[in-house]
Amino acid sequence: MKAKMTILSFISGLIFGVGLIIGGMTRPDRVLGFLNFFGEWDPTLIFVMGGAVAVHMILFPLITSRSQPIFPDSWDIPQKEKITKSLIIGSFIFGIGWGLGGYCPGPGITALASFHMKPLIFVISMVVGMAFYKATQKN
Amino acid sequence: MNDIWMMAALGGGLIGISVSIMLLFNGKVTGISGIFYGSTVNRSESFHWKIAFVLGLITSGLILNLFFPNNLRGHVDSHWWTLAVAGFLVGYGTRLGNGCTSGHGVCGVSRFSWRSILATLSFMIAGILSVTLFRQIGIIDL
Repeated sequence: MKAKMTILSFISGLIFGVGLIIGGMTRPDRVLGFLNFFGEWDPTLIFVMGGAVAVHMILFPLITSRSQPIFPDSWDIPQKEKITKSLIIGSFIFGIGWGLGGYCPGPGITALASFHMKPLIFVISMVVGMAFYKATQKN
Repeated sequence: MNDIWMMAALGGGLIGISVSIMLLFNGKVTGISGIFYGSTVNRSESFHWKIAFVLGLITSGLILNLFFPNNLRGHVDSHWWTLAVAGFLVGYGTRLGNGCTSGHGVCGVSRFSWRSILATLSFMIAGILSVTLFRQIGIIDL
């Protein structure tokens, strides 16, 4: 089962990456144009997020009406309901970084394949940021 | 112009299909910041499927870079250190907030999770404020 899950996950990553690239999410200039709401706003990327949400909104209830997923024997879907300060503040910090660099995690990782310095610097720093989070959580 | 809109919607549709097959087969939510965290500094027994997803993303880039090289570039005229600061904030923020554009913005919003809807509002507002501010002080040149 572990091997099947791993292969499926690779395929899922492939499809996700193709979606990001043809949708324009791996281009920081387009992302920043989308976030430039008070300037010359470029709304096209709404269709990337909107398209993804539209498809998954329809498929999610159909898929989870099954008693279990195809490979493992139970669903692993977050059940947390509590709105916490760290949820809102963490997301806000993420948004500031997104607006500064034009990359969120998926597109940054995918753009490593361009062999350009900027996505590489971004992804290395993202690892550092995550390591800093992990280190500060223990205290 | 119409082409760009079509491609955006098609790309979004593919992302929706990707997260749906991840759910159907593996029973998992596709949260890329969490997947990347579990592939790097926080490895556990789920390391295998997580690193496979990351490699899938990079492989799609390697293949499509041959056909659409411009789609993987489009850099903004900014200093390299802005990317270093941006990466740190994205890494730290997505872990503190428990998700990013994929986990909260796509998967969470699709199943009407209040946590994800609020998180998405938070990072969208922050992103817009960030671009507005950094353009104003000349760090980003659009």
